[in-house]
This record gives sequence, structure tokens and C-alpha cells, in this order.
Amino acid sequence: MMEKPFEETLVAPGHRACAGCGCILAMRLALQALGKNVIVSMATGCMEVVTTPYPETAWRVPWIHAAFENAAAVASGVEAGLKSLGKSGVKSVAIAGDGGTADIGLQALSGAIERGHDFLYICYDNEAYMNTGVQRSGATPFGAWTTTTPIGKVKRGEDRPKKDLPAIIAAHGAPYVATASVAYPVDYMNKLKKAAAIHGPTYVQVHAPCTPGWRIDNNKTIEVARLAVLTGAWVLYEVENGKLNVTLKPPKRRPVADYLKMQGRFRHLTDAEIVEIQRMVDEQCKRFGIE
Amino acid sequence: MKLPPGAIITEPGNSANYETGGWRSRKPEVDAAKCTGCGLCSMYCPEPCISKSKPAVVNYRYCKGCGICAAECPFHAITMVEEERT
Amino acid sequence: MRQMLNGDEAAAIAAKLARVNVVSAYPITPQTIVVERLSEFVANGELGAEFMKVESEHSALSACIGASAVGARAFTATSSQGLMLMSEMLFVASGLRLPIVMVNANRSLSAPLSIWCDWGDSMAVRDCGWVQLQCENNQEVLDSTLQAFLVAESLLLPVMVCFDGYILSHTAEPVDVPGQAEVDRFLPPYRPKYKLDPEKPATMGAMGVPEYYEEFKFMQQAAMQAAKEELVKADNEFAKHFGRKYGLIEKYHSDDADVLLLTMGSLSSSVKEIIDRYRRRGEKVGLVKVRAFRPLPVDELIEALGHAKAVAILEKDVSFGSAGALFLDTAASFINVDKAPLMIDFICGMGGRDVDSLHIKEALRAAAKAAKAGEVKKIVRWLGLREKLVGLEE
Repeated sequence: MMEKPFEETLVAPGHRACAGCGCILAMRLALQALGKNVIVSMATGCMEVVTTPYPETAWRVPWIHAAFENAAAVASGVEAGLKSLGKSGVKSVAIAGDGGTADIGLQALSGAIERGHDFLYICYDNEAYMNTGVQRSGATPFGAWTTTTPIGKVKRGEDRPKKDLPAIIAAHGAPYVATASVAYPVDYMNKLKKAAAIHGPTYVQVHAPCTPGWRIDNNKTIEVARLAVLTGAWVLYEVENGKLNVTLKPPKRRPVADYLKMQGRFRHLTDAEIVEIQRMVDEQCKRFGIE
Repeated sequence: MKLPPGAIITEPGNSANYETGGWRSRKPEVDAAKCTGCGLCSMYCPEPCISKSKPAVVNYRYCKGCGICAAECPFHAITMVEEERT
Repeated sequence: MRQMLNGDEAAAIAAKLARVNVVSAYPITPQTIVVERLSEFVANGELGAEFMKVESEHSALSACIGASAVGARAFTATSSQGLMLMSEMLFVASGLRLPIVMVNANRSLSAPLSIWCDWGDSMAVRDCGWVQLQCENNQEVLDSTLQAFLVAESLLLPVMVCFDGYILSHTAEPVDVPGQAEVDRFLPPYRPKYKLDPEKPATMGAMGVPEYYEEFKFMQQAAMQAAKEELVKADNEFAKHFGRKYGLIEKYHSDDADVLLLTMGSLSSSVKEIIDRYRRRGEKVGLVKVRAFRPLPVDELIEALGHAKAVAILEKDVSFGSAGALFLDTAASFINVDKAPLMIDFICGMGGRDVDSLHIKEALRAAAKAAKAGEVKKIVRWLGLREKLVGLEE
């Protein structure tokens, strides 16, 4: 029995995530915040695949993967099962990517929230179906290259705005909804702790760059995630019982071009297209009271 | 070794048996003099394979050489160097 | 205590007696009464279970998977389109080796839309790795559902108890309802060997790489084969407590008959009625009723049918492009067997089409004719078809 490296981490090294993967960082930080008394129900996706190639698992907490669109349904069954057995002190946590949440997973999530289960849902948002090779999802931002929104003569990248998932969940009346970023790990972990402590359905969406999918160097993960926040492209906020609280207002909001120009998936953008994206970001920031 | 039903894995964290250190082409080197032990590298490491200590210590068995630690260290105490392999 | 119960009610009462911990189900005709009764039991405090009002059948089974994985006894019910919608998860539940029990009120599949009975739904998922039982009457619905929990939990395989939609689900019959104390003696609480627990963290549903996947499927198949033994064990145990026994198949006046009918479900009762009439006239015909469709009781079928000259299979399903599934399985059972009867496949009762005495007699006549001639001219036939509507002249 070999010695456990980094014994305290609940997501062990040796997983097959890419070098510089923002999402596995989001996983490790999440478990650090939540502790060992959780049961994780995970959807098919990058994180599921890289952490559990049989016979190996990176998870040091109980963990189940059932299918792609049902992390929330499985997690709600876990919660109901524990409740029925009179077991307390264990939190049911559902984890899925943006694809498994915004698109195929939305129904199950909606149902679980509506039923009011005591569970925490974490969406790790790398803005496309990365595990299958960078196809667009409903969370892919406007203008981004993906393999299903390629840059061609007739069409140039994603032509739809990013689906506003946190707003959808807040509209369900979930007691706590928050956005986070791997570049702001303390903020992320605090939000998770807060969410987990609430008895009811809570939701945290963490922005987590994908180095191959966003076409960035492996060491740029945190920098890019930080720029998303500092340019207002990704806003850090909470909605607690319907009340909005922006947790980080960038003091001197930087132009979105600073964020876009770091990433190969936006390399094709013309100046005019960047202006359009800036307008969308400005509109978003206005809604959040960010200057 | 008979398999348990349903592909259940009962040894938590046994992915540690797979040493991903072989993936990298560059490796981080910590300058102990510059390192303050702030732990940011440890916080941001995806694996994780760098400790929060003064100085930070890299576990080269798992380090994939992504370079986030070097990029994020506020004191520029970490440099990525080309790995010599035979 | 004897009560007048329809099949849905019988199933709900069985789940209650089995002390299920989690019910996670979505309503669909003709299963709705199962969910309604269970809701009432929970609302009245008669059943201390968590009742999850899930938003789809896919989520219904997904939630059962989560609940079963933490060690709860999980139950669901569905039919037709619902079974199809959850079909992805049927395979997953079996692959994860979770002892979930489900009742399926057999209903035909869209399109065109049909709420009436046939076996299209459960037949479409016969490969999914669930034990499949078929019930002749509502007593069997209650009894088989109770047995299902014992079988599932011993094997670590999910079990599906099927019964004809409307014909059984909505028809009241007298049913002997066992007392809770006796059921508790028959069915102990669920003690999972593996479960999700922070005290002993395990990973369920890993990625089955090519180096291992085949072995896991072999183990699943082996468990399904072992199910035959478990079903017999549970049946015998059930008989000790409640005095009723069903077997994997039932032989009804079949041992000395040259001409046999083979069927499942409520149709068995109608066939038995006709067999009785023939026997009173001195004609040697018989019925073999299949109760366990999965695992297929190959040895039992060979033993029960082998001596006959001709067998007419009556089934409410067809595998398009091939033949009826029950026929295909039965015929395949006789491959490499020296003495095999001639077989005719009768597709009948589709979409709730009534299968009456005339149809059954037509099947018997055809089998008798084949037995006499020593050959079958047309293997797959349809009973009760309105031939003019499909351009077939008499």
C-alpha cells in the first residue's frame, strides 16, 4: 500500500486532466471547500472521464457517474435516499460541465431545484463540449470558435449569446445562486461553503478555462480567467433569496479585447466584431452595476 | 484478482498509482531564496503537486509541467526549465 | 386479507409491504394508479418513504439509481413511452448492478400513439440486463413484485415486473394481500455490500476501458444466468410464507399434448379457458406459460415443449424486420436440440386488440394442421388482423 501523495486533497493526483486544466482545479478547490462528508454525482464529461479510468479513481469521496444529462436527478435521488435512511451530515453534490447543465442537463436540474432537494449543484463552465473535442454548447460565448462553430466564408464562429444559466436557476427561486472563477479561488471556496450550508437547492457556476479548447498556453489558465472577470466578460456575483450581490466590481474595467486577444478561439475576430462583443459586455455590466 | 461487480472502485484516490510526471517537457524549479511560502502556487496547481511550504516543494512524479505555478508566483520564484530526458 | 384490487393497486401495495425507501416515478397511462396509491400511502404515513415527484421518466430512474447507490430500497413504475425515455438508464442501472425494482404496465409504443396493451415496450428493452417477469393476474402482480426485491438484492441486478396495461392494471380482481409481519419475515431489510458512504468512499460508474469492459459484461450475463436459481429460491421461499408458487414457466396440461400454445401474461388465462374446453372434449392440447422472460428459461422450455409436434406462440409484439421476440427466443432455444417441435409465431393483441376465443382456436387449428402435415407453410402470422384494411384479400 503506497503512501498517499497529498493525503489531504480529496481529488488525488494521477488523474488524466490536461496540463493546466482549469476544471480539475475547480474540482480540487471544490472538495477542499466542502470536505469529505459529501456524495458526488457527476455527469459524463471531461472531469468524469479524466478522474475515473477503471481501475483508477482520483476521488477520495464517494462518487457516482450515471449518465450525461442527469447529474441533478442522480444527486436528488442520493439526497432522497439518505433522507429516507435517516442519514444526516452528508451533503449531496451534483457536478456537471456547461454542456451537461445548460443543454442536455437543464431539465433534470430544473426538476431537482423545483422539488427543493437539499443539494449543491456545481457547473464547471469551460464554455463548450470539451471532452468530445470542443463542440459548442449553449454556454459558448458569442463569437467563439468551436468545431461546430468554425470560421468560414459564410459563418464566423458562435452566433448566439451565452445562455444565462445563473439567471435561469435564480428564476426557479433557488435560495442561493453564485458565479465564481478559478482565478478567484478564495471567493469560489467561500461561495461553495455558503451554498453547502444552506438547506435547499443551491447552484454555483465556476468559470474554468480549457487550455486546448480556448487555444491558450497551458500556463495561462489563471491569467485568462482573471481577465474574464477584470473585463466584465464574466461577472462574479451571488443571488441570495432573490437579492443580487456583485462580489467583485473591477475597479477600472479593462477593455474586453484584452481578454479576447489572449485566446486562439477569438483570434479570427475583426475590430468590428470586437466592438460588438464590447457592447454586449457593457450591457451586461450595466445590469450588474459595474461601470 | 476477481473484479467486483459493476466496475466499482473501492480504493479511493488510487489514480496516484499513475505518475503523470512523464507527460511534461518543462519542469518548475523553485528558487528557495525568493520563495516566501505564500502558497499561491499550491492553490493554483491543478494536479496538485506543489506544497504550501517555504520553500514550495514540487512532486515531480505528478507534475505535468503546465507552468501555472511559475506564471502566478508573485515573487517570480519559480522558473520553468527544459527537461533533460534520455 | 382478500381485497378487490386492480393490477396497479396490487403493485403499489407490494411496494408498500416491501417497505421501499424511495419512490421516484412519473405518471403515464396505464401506470398512473401505482403512483397515485403510493402518494396516498406516503401522505397518510402508511409508507415512510421519500416520494420524488420527478419531472420525467429518465429522471425517475436516474433518481432511483442515486437512491439505490446510497443503500436505499428504490422503486419506480412506468409504461411504454416512459420506459423508452428511461431506456438509457435501464442499461446503466444494470451495469451499475443496482437492485432497483420497477413495475411496467405493458403498453404499446408510438407511433401511432396508443395507450392500450401490448408488449412492445418491455420487449424493446429485453436486452437491457434487467430480470423480466410477466404476470398472469393481479395476485401474481403483487406476489412477483414482492419476490422481485428479494431476487434483485441477492443478485445485484434490477428486476422489472410486467403486467398487461388495462387488462390487468385497470381490472379489479380478488387478491390475497399478505400481512406486513409475514412480509417482513420473507423480505429482510436491504443490506448493500457496496454503497456510497463517506466512511468508505467508493467510485461507481467509472470509465470501462477496453481492457475491462468485456469482463464486466460477462459478469452481468453470469448474474442474469444466476437469476434463474435466485428466482426459484425466492419462489420457494415465498411459497413457505404465503402458500403460492409460480415457477419460471408454468405447464398447463402440456406433458401429454402434441399441440401446444406458448404465451405470457394475462393471455394465459384466456388460453387456459380454451384448453379446458378442448380437454373436456378429450382433445389433448396444452399451454406453456412463460413467467420469467429474462433470464430466458431455456432448459425449462426445451423440457416442456420438446415432446410436442407443433407449438403456436401467441405474443403481443413483433421485432420489425424479423419476427416476434418470444418466438425468436423459443426457436433459438432449440438450436442443436435433436427433438424440436414445429413452431408458428402468432402476432396478436397489438395496441389493445382483443385476443378472443376464436383467435386462440385459430392458433390451435394451425398448430394441429402443422403437426399433421409435418411442416409449417407460413411461420409468422397475425391474429385478428383486419385484412381488408391492409389490402390483403381473404
